[in-house]
Amino acid sequence: MALLSNAGVQIGLRGVSKRYMTASGDAVDALGEIDLDIAAGEFVSIVGPSGCGKSTMMMLVSGLIPATTGTITVGGTPVKGAVSKAGIVFQRDVLLDWRTVLDNVMLPVEIKKLDKESHLKKARDLLRSVGLAEFEGKYPAELSGGMRQRVAICRALVSDPGLLLMDEPFGALDALTREQMNLDLQRIWLRDRNTVVFITHSIEEAVLLSDRVVVMTSRPGRIADILDTKLDRPRGAHTRSDKRFVDSVEHIRRHFMALGILSET
Amino acid sequence: MAIAAAAAPIKISRVRAWIVNSGPVLGIFLAIFLLWELCCWLFKVPDFILPSPSVIIDKIVTSWWLLLVNGLVTAQEIVLGFGMSVVIGIPLAVLVVYSRVFERVAFPFMVSLQTIPKVALAPILVMWLGYGILPKVMVAFLISFFPIVIGAVVGMRSAEKEMIYLVQSMGANELTTFLKIRLPRALPSIFGGLKIGIGQAVVGATVGEFIAAERGLGYLQLISQVRLDTALLFAAVVVLSLLGVLLFNIVAWVERLALPWNRLRTEMIE
Repeated sequence: MALLSNAGVQIGLRGVSKRYMTASGDAVDALGEIDLDIAAGEFVSIVGPSGCGKSTMMMLVSGLIPATTGTITVGGTPVKGAVSKAGIVFQRDVLLDWRTVLDNVMLPVEIKKLDKESHLKKARDLLRSVGLAEFEGKYPAELSGGMRQRVAICRALVSDPGLLLMDEPFGALDALTREQMNLDLQRIWLRDRNTVVFITHSIEEAVLLSDRVVVMTSRPGRIADILDTKLDRPRGAHTRSDKRFVDSVEHIRRHFMALGILSET
Repeated sequence: MAIAAAAAPIKISRVRAWIVNSGPVLGIFLAIFLLWELCCWLFKVPDFILPSPSVIIDKIVTSWWLLLVNGLVTAQEIVLGFGMSVVIGIPLAVLVVYSRVFERVAFPFMVSLQTIPKVALAPILVMWLGYGILPKVMVAFLISFFPIVIGAVVGMRSAEKEMIYLVQSMGANELTTFLKIRLPRALPSIFGGLKIGIGQAVVGATVGEFIAAERGLGYLQLISQVRLDTALLFAAVVVLSLLGVLLFNIVAWVERLALPWNRLRTEMIE
């Protein structure tokens, strides 16, 4: 549906690191020096152990927290402050309980003061595409976890962001819902071709969805490997039995074994 | 015709729902009053020690004008004191949430003020402000102020970190974040504070009247006590508690109107 003209933005990270100060005054290196280029419209997953700075990396790209060293560019311009081209989805859906589904999706339009009429149509289209057309007048309390997260994704997409930042978006969902959400996300991405940075704990999920998977080490997080999945799209249940899928998953798993995060038995 | 036929069962089921909901409470009250009545009659308790419910009801009916006039005075003190708490307390809570300096300086001050029994301040307030309604309003204000501030502060701090990040990434400034996120997010907690506050304000106004007054239900109680008119003493208690229930329910009603989504949410949890 969408033309390639409003498709994804390119991202570049050069020598990016992040050091936090804890309340007790100690310095914690959350992220080592990262160099990474993500092409426009590319779907990149980041997998790594807990506390490896995956989420930190996403927050740095969003411009919501400043990097300690290095430069980040989004769409060719250096990041200084919140990146308006980014739509964010967190593990918690953080829907606003006091707004209906449609009003939740329209929140970015309101805050960015975009044209209401055209985006109302876009919001309804998005809700329909994830099967929530009849729920636009409901409050979040009336929805299931999977439905809520779908609304959060619609909210992130409504203003045609060009960049979708997702921090373990399906981590709180049950396995079945999660599989369906993976397929839904792929469908949306194939249509709009946003650049997606997708953070996950699940190796399978990362391989299934991504063009490339970035494997991170423990804190301070560094890039251990970048894997090109080279799987045909659209991917689905059949992909999981594909030899290249199985090999990719195995390849990443071996990295975590080498890092001592996973053991053989 | 069809509408009338459809409406009838709804009406019946509503009545049934009301009986199911309120029946047990009413039953318990009725049982207590019956037992009370019976004891008074059986043991021939003199009215000046413990008047029976029927005597109290009789007193309320015969002294309705007296109770109404004094009740209105007390109600006025409660509403003014509570209103002051809201008007001063909520903006103060906003300051506490947004200003580190203010939080460090004013918050400990408010907490230490809270530890002073406000009732103990009443005689001082009377000395300064005279015998009119002003000292009662002040006691009601002081006593209902703290729960309202705390409710608002806790509420405004309850917005999830991700929620704030989210609107910041959309380019929202602090004012927009406050109006679209922090304030609506805080409303359930603010109303929690208001519900505690209104009950406290009733206590404050009544105690204020005990210290020194020329009108009001607390004053009426003092007079009745001196005259050994125990029935009127009880009648004042009844009116006072009815007043408290009424005011509480007004706050609860406003809450339901303002936050239809919150009721939905809590019902879902139940």
